[in-house]
Amino acid sequence: MDFTLSDDRQALVDVLSRFIRERYSLSLRRNASQDAPGHDSGTWQQLAEIGVIGALFDPEVGGYAGTPYDLIAIFETLGHGLVAEPVMPVLMAGTILAETRPDLLEDVISGEAIVVPALFEAAGRYDHTIVQTRAAKSGTAYTIDGAKAVVLHAEAANLLIVSAVEDSGDVGLFLVPTDAEGVFLRGYPGNDGTRAAEVSFTSVAVGEDARLGDLSLADAALAKGSLALCAEALGIAEWLKTATLEYLKTRVQFGKPIGSNQALQHRMVEMVVRIEQMRSAVINAAAALDGSDELARSRATSAAKYTIGTSGIEVAEEAIQMHGGIGMTMELDMTHYARRAVLIDHQLGDADHHLSKYIASAAA
Amino acid sequence: MDLSFSPEEQAFREEVRDFLKSELPERLSEKVRTGKHLTKAEIEEWQAILSRKGWLAAHWPKEYGGQGWSVVQRYLYDIETSQAHAPHVVPFGLSMLAPVLIAFGSEEQKAHWLPRMLNGDDWWCQGYSEPGAGSDLANVRTAAIRDGDEYVVNGQKTWTTLGQHANMMFCLVRTDTDGPRQHGISFLLVDMEAPGVEVRPIITLDGGHEVNEVFFTDVRVPAENLVGEEGRGWTYAKYLLTYERTSMAAIGSSKAGLAWLKSIARAEMANGKPLIEDALFAARLARVEIELANLETTTLRVVAAAAQGGAPGAESSILKIKGSEIRQEISSLARRAIGPYAQPFPPEVDMEGSNEPAIGPDYAGVITPNYLNLRKLTIFGGSNEIQKNIISKAVLGL
Repeated sequence: MDFTLSDDRQALVDVLSRFIRERYSLSLRRNASQDAPGHDSGTWQQLAEIGVIGALFDPEVGGYAGTPYDLIAIFETLGHGLVAEPVMPVLMAGTILAETRPDLLEDVISGEAIVVPALFEAAGRYDHTIVQTRAAKSGTAYTIDGAKAVVLHAEAANLLIVSAVEDSGDVGLFLVPTDAEGVFLRGYPGNDGTRAAEVSFTSVAVGEDARLGDLSLADAALAKGSLALCAEALGIAEWLKTATLEYLKTRVQFGKPIGSNQALQHRMVEMVVRIEQMRSAVINAAAALDGSDELARSRATSAAKYTIGTSGIEVAEEAIQMHGGIGMTMELDMTHYARRAVLIDHQLGDADHHLSKYIASAAA
Repeated sequence: MDLSFSPEEQAFREEVRDFLKSELPERLSEKVRTGKHLTKAEIEEWQAILSRKGWLAAHWPKEYGGQGWSVVQRYLYDIETSQAHAPHVVPFGLSMLAPVLIAFGSEEQKAHWLPRMLNGDDWWCQGYSEPGAGSDLANVRTAAIRDGDEYVVNGQKTWTTLGQHANMMFCLVRTDTDGPRQHGISFLLVDMEAPGVEVRPIITLDGGHEVNEVFFTDVRVPAENLVGEEGRGWTYAKYLLTYERTSMAAIGSSKAGLAWLKSIARAEMANGKPLIEDALFAARLARVEIELANLETTTLRVVAAAAQGGAPGAESSILKIKGSEIRQEISSLARRAIGPYAQPFPPEVDMEGSNEPAIGPDYAGVITPNYLNLRKLTIFGGSNEIQKNIISKAVLGL
């Protein structure tokens, strides 16, 4: 048994932590989300330069790392710094490209191109297999019509990976440039400071080579994306724990630090216990993703997303409550972390969605 | 044991329903129902309608323009107005200051301020909390020094709800720094338009502007604006806080919120069927509905005891704890119900209602900000931790 990070992984975490500490800030994050492209392109370039984007992918396709354990190290660190860059969507899209168009990954890893998935529709809620967008073939070209919901960082992207029903009735994945004629993006900031867009496609023409493959290619991407969100939530929860603990020790009320109240001490301990359980759930998911058992992979991913969804919100709400009135203000960094912790449960399936999946897979 | 209301109470309930049906503009109730923000003018419009009916301050004694309603009548009125999605009356003047003036104010103060409240001439705000004080309200540092016929006020108040609309504030000030800190606090009425008063917005985590910081720099307040005796402000404030807590069960708001939540859960689809039929979501919904039914009876038990003449005491802390938890849970479930559309942050125009197409379902935009905003329920009005201390001391003797 060894739960420590390898030297290489630790070195990457150290570089990334230092970069965030010295070069990233919540005001940069807040300003970036107000308008397109919705993230800070300078930060993105530097993340590429220090090797963070490359570390998402396997050396076989030009990356530097790419194991599930690398992913949790990276995303926990990004979570701790509350970085709102399109790393998770690029991980998902890159995972699909690695299987289909590895030639496109070079520009992704260098930071020149941003590719994000557009897999969910309004009617599908958290189920990516419910697709109404259509890709009609005529000759050697496809015409895409439809709409995708809450596409994270769509405005930052050059290319979208879009799921669409083909003439056969099966769902395929298509590469669509965001500047193609007929693609319309309605961008907006999120309640958690992540920018997203409603994307519609009206008679968008793409070539035959735009078809990447069938929808099953999305499975590995969704599993990795979920793992990334779980690790990010873990980093956020750790940050919230530290901030809340500090507040309990320094905030004086009725003549003593509020942390001297046993009622709050026990609640703080509950938070610590929750976070340790979250960490174990993330490690379980990474281990399953590293293995080849499909069922175990799906179950551990859902178990982690369920754990993170419920506990992440609990930790956020407790952090706000224990901060009291000041915990209600936008001025405090803490509330930005708390909002992101809550909203992570609304990406790639919430706790109920994953609990249902877990129950269904146990019955299978 | 009889849980039903008397025929007179039933008749009263019908009267309230009929009034709401004929007088409550749908334009306003629809905004309230869907969680949109009301403008100052819209709140004043509704308060004027109530004033014409004589119901704006129905809980006041008749001699001051109230109806002298019983506790049960007030409870029924709260339930009916909430369920009809009537705007909330701004409580600061009508429900918080007025009882203090009626009990402790001079005849001149009563004759001057109470009719102005009924006319909607003043918008009152509350100046209790100070930076760093939180639930420790006796920690008042804003100083009022007597200078001839005036007090000179210096200091800062915070969490001043809707202070941006207010022209008057009732506040706690320190007039004496000797002795126990609960002594030396006085209750003063301050003109917000006086020189030296500055209001700065606090943006809350939902992105909204509801609360403010208020700064006083050498603000001169006429001595006639002192309520009661100098140094007795703490007693008056505590009298007022018991008024605040009895309404905190918010049964009517929770019932209206639950009905709205169910309508959303019927509209949302999950796994090919309405979300309300999803086993996990239905269980969450059932749990909060059961809690609410229980709390309604707990509230009625307190109301019945109060109707017999028992003053609501530590029981109101129970209502505040459970009432706030239930409202928060309903807002959490609404957030959960809308799935991915909990993410978009609505522009201000969406919060106030506009004709722009919504992002996602038209009910979705206000839900996450509302969930975030309602985190306040367990923090303000004496945090739930403070309420638990009250129960453990006053009820359990621990």
